[in-house]
Amino acid sequence: MTSPAARGIGMAGLLFALALCLALGKLILPEGLIRPPEWLVQPFADWINAAFYFLQNDLGLMSLTRAFSDVVEWLLDVTANLLYGKSRWPNIGPIPWIVIAVTAFMAGYALKGWRLAALSGGTFVWIALMGQWKWAMETLSVIVVAAPFSVFLGLLMGVLAWRSPRFERVLNPILNIAQSLPHFAYMIPVVVFIGVGPKAGAIVTIIFSVPPMIRMTLLGLKKVPEEVIEAGKMAGSTRWQLLTRVRIPTARSEILIGVNQVIMQCLAMVVLASFIGMPGLGQKLLQLLQSLKIGLSVEIGVTIVLLAVTLDRLSKAWALRLPEHGAPSAQWLQRNRLLVIWISLCAAGFVLAQLVPYLHEVERRQALSVAGPIDAAMDQVIRLIAPVTAWLRWFLITWVLIPMRDAYLWLPFTAVLALLAAVGWAVGGMRSALICLAYFGLIAMSGWWDRAMITVYMVSISVLIAALIGLPVGIWAACNPTRAARILLICDTAQTFPSFIYLIPVIMLFGVNDVAVVAAVVVFAAVPIVRYTIEGLCNVPPELVEAAEMSGANRRQTLWHVQLPMALPTMLVGANQSVMFSLFMVIIAAFIGTQDLGQEMQRALSSTDVGKGLVLGFAVAFMGLMTDHLISRWSDDRKRALGV
Amino acid sequence: MSETVISCLGVSKIFGPDPVAHLARLKADPQTSSVGYVQAVRDVDLDIQRGEMLVVMGLSGSGKSTLVRCLSRLIDITGGTVTIEGQDIATLSESALIDLRRRKMGMVFQSFGLLPHRTVLDNVAFPLEMRGQDRSTRYARAREMLELVGLKGREAYFPRELSGGQQQRVGIARSLAIEPDIWFLDEPFSALDPLIRREMQDEFLRLKGLLNKTIIFITHDFDEALRLADRIAIMKDGRIEQCDTPDQIVLHPATEYIAKFTAEIDRARVVRAGSLARQLSGAAEGEAVAATRTIRDLARLLVADRREVIPIADTEGKIIGGMNRQEALDVLLGEAT
Repeated sequence: MTSPAARGIGMAGLLFALALCLALGKLILPEGLIRPPEWLVQPFADWINAAFYFLQNDLGLMSLTRAFSDVVEWLLDVTANLLYGKSRWPNIGPIPWIVIAVTAFMAGYALKGWRLAALSGGTFVWIALMGQWKWAMETLSVIVVAAPFSVFLGLLMGVLAWRSPRFERVLNPILNIAQSLPHFAYMIPVVVFIGVGPKAGAIVTIIFSVPPMIRMTLLGLKKVPEEVIEAGKMAGSTRWQLLTRVRIPTARSEILIGVNQVIMQCLAMVVLASFIGMPGLGQKLLQLLQSLKIGLSVEIGVTIVLLAVTLDRLSKAWALRLPEHGAPSAQWLQRNRLLVIWISLCAAGFVLAQLVPYLHEVERRQALSVAGPIDAAMDQVIRLIAPVTAWLRWFLITWVLIPMRDAYLWLPFTAVLALLAAVGWAVGGMRSALICLAYFGLIAMSGWWDRAMITVYMVSISVLIAALIGLPVGIWAACNPTRAARILLICDTAQTFPSFIYLIPVIMLFGVNDVAVVAAVVVFAAVPIVRYTIEGLCNVPPELVEAAEMSGANRRQTLWHVQLPMALPTMLVGANQSVMFSLFMVIIAAFIGTQDLGQEMQRALSSTDVGKGLVLGFAVAFMGLMTDHLISRWSDDRKRALGV
Repeated sequence: MSETVISCLGVSKIFGPDPVAHLARLKADPQTSSVGYVQAVRDVDLDIQRGEMLVVMGLSGSGKSTLVRCLSRLIDITGGTVTIEGQDIATLSESALIDLRRRKMGMVFQSFGLLPHRTVLDNVAFPLEMRGQDRSTRYARAREMLELVGLKGREAYFPRELSGGQQQRVGIARSLAIEPDIWFLDEPFSALDPLIRREMQDEFLRLKGLLNKTIIFITHDFDEALRLADRIAIMKDGRIEQCDTPDQIVLHPATEYIAKFTAEIDRARVVRAGSLARQLSGAAEGEAVAATRTIRDLARLLVADRREVIPIADTEGKIIGGMNRQEALDVLLGEAT
């Protein structure tokens, strides 16, 4: 019996052989089969530019976006005044830092307890004492404005998509592309429409953070149990009542997880928006990194990490908080005890800040700094490990990175396409083969083949190293539940850091070159691999492991024949995320010097070339989407075969 | 007979791409292939009287839950008519349907269907809130309902803080908050542990005695059906195989399928003296027994008594007939009748 899979392998084998022939016979191939020929390359960038020109000037979209951005700007001014005293209406700011720290403390206490209170209060105290208050508040003021906008837009579009399956069908591919476009691709059109500065930063942040909110809203609304809806209907709810009082409140957890994701996306984007003139922590970090001031950038890095962890924990605590009953007969004062304490603490804070200016605002010269000691310590460490890093750098560059890059660039593009078709065919038959061909064919037609190959090489080597590190760590961690929980917590925390942060230590260790980029990407990409390996292994049904043990399997056999095959679908999800993360990271890392698509994207950004920027962005997105298609297809097939 | 509250005529529900056309095809030729379609309810005729308690019994997939959703128009039927108090509910506009539910219907669900973000009190007050009643009235009524189901003191709890049995009590209180005339219960006790289920059945019988409602009760548990029902409708593959009183179903199963169900049942617990009553040929001798007592209740008497025929009396004490003692002993000993 020849199953379709077996036939698929046969065809895949043929395609693979074709790829091999094309590669081996490169010397006798005509030029047109080695690099995309002139006639194949289409001026996509010009088309996009023409479309944008039309939108901008002839359709009057400009006035619409300007109107929207004016509203955003007004809100930004208000928060800027309140948080760091920019002289705008209502002219009452800045709020003393002690009051904001107390508020954060109380929010943490109310949502989770003392530990979260200490974390969130402590974060703001650290920011103030280190003299970074103004930058942090610049960053925060954008989040405070952008996040509610995104949440509202996401909720609205999520509800619309839920109401109309047709809208959902249109929206879904757009969301897929939007979530695989690198950050920079969003910035260029915004710069064209809005210009640079905080306003543009806020708007790009809003646009960037909407997709997860739409997804989570849709997911939550679909997950509401049928019986709850029927109960609502039998209670005589109208459609509007059903939506606002039954469906949305029941989907609360998913929607709040969406809010959490919006906040985290906002933070990641705000930090990166420094490239388009967004002041704040990101800009400071960018300047410091560019001038290689390691100690000061570590300080900023710590602040960003603390802020990320605090925002994540606070919003997650809010999302996961289960309702609990209070004493029914309690007095108003007793029921709103925390509110009263908060208000009185804030009042005390205001008064104290009037008396002690230090509690109102920490002057630059009063600020603490640990940059000096960090620099000294780093110098010591670097001097100590310099031989190792230098050797590693030399080894990686001469023996791994450069040969690999040359090999990728040497390959005829037809061989690459045939190889991808072979992989596609092996995984999902003709349909997948065609999808792979279409995505990479478009990249070939964009005229950026060589740059794209460099990106592919960076991503593939990084993911490979990440897997080599991540898989053993994951397997080791999954052996023991407490260890698994601890490592998962670390992974969770690491995933909340904005990607920018990962560049600080690698620049510190390796300087500015390809090795630093690869190292940053490896760390960033290893996290999802570790995480999903642990989750996959821990979720293998215990009966199966017991059955294997009772059949006399030793630990290695159990792992190899039972646990890993069962965990494979979950681990593949990790691999998928890992590829996505490394694509994003490679592009971001471009500013420390790579020759891939990212570098071109930076150039497009500085010359505000929308067409070029979007073509490059789509090229990256297509790589991501192709990987996503292949891995999800494979994972789904495995899941079906395992019946899980 | 009293007045009919719900009446079904040829009700069918088909799930699939084009159900109406498929139903027409089936009507023309019953042999039509149903690949791609599910006939959840087929051609059901049913009349439910005011104040009656009808139990719809069937195994999972027999269409019982679909049928009860057709009666409340939670799903639209494919063919036939459902009439509630003389009104064809398929013709109701959305607002009229909402109004009907707000005034007349209550429903209890298998997995409770409670709103997780609302307190117990707010859950029970929910239907009243939908009707637009003001806060204090609806809370007063909700408190009353919670007291009725024995959950006083738990008003401020959230559903997840309660046990399954308590959650279902909340579900029951909610469904009764608007004082419905028609009460639907969709496998209300199936998700509960056997001990709790028994307790909830007793509770249910107590409530049923307090309130005079038309009740449609769904279950897959034959014992539960026998325990609670005035009449039982047994469903299989979307059809009603038999709809009759528990006694009649046990004594005279209409089909093989029902006979298989009843085979394991201790008939003496189900059959009541009244259903064995025959026309008396002469005058009744000796003391009469009540028609509502089960044969099991009468076991001692049946064994000790020497009379050939034992007179049966209805609730007012009037003699309605006589029971052949030998026949009753056969039921008691589980021998074929």
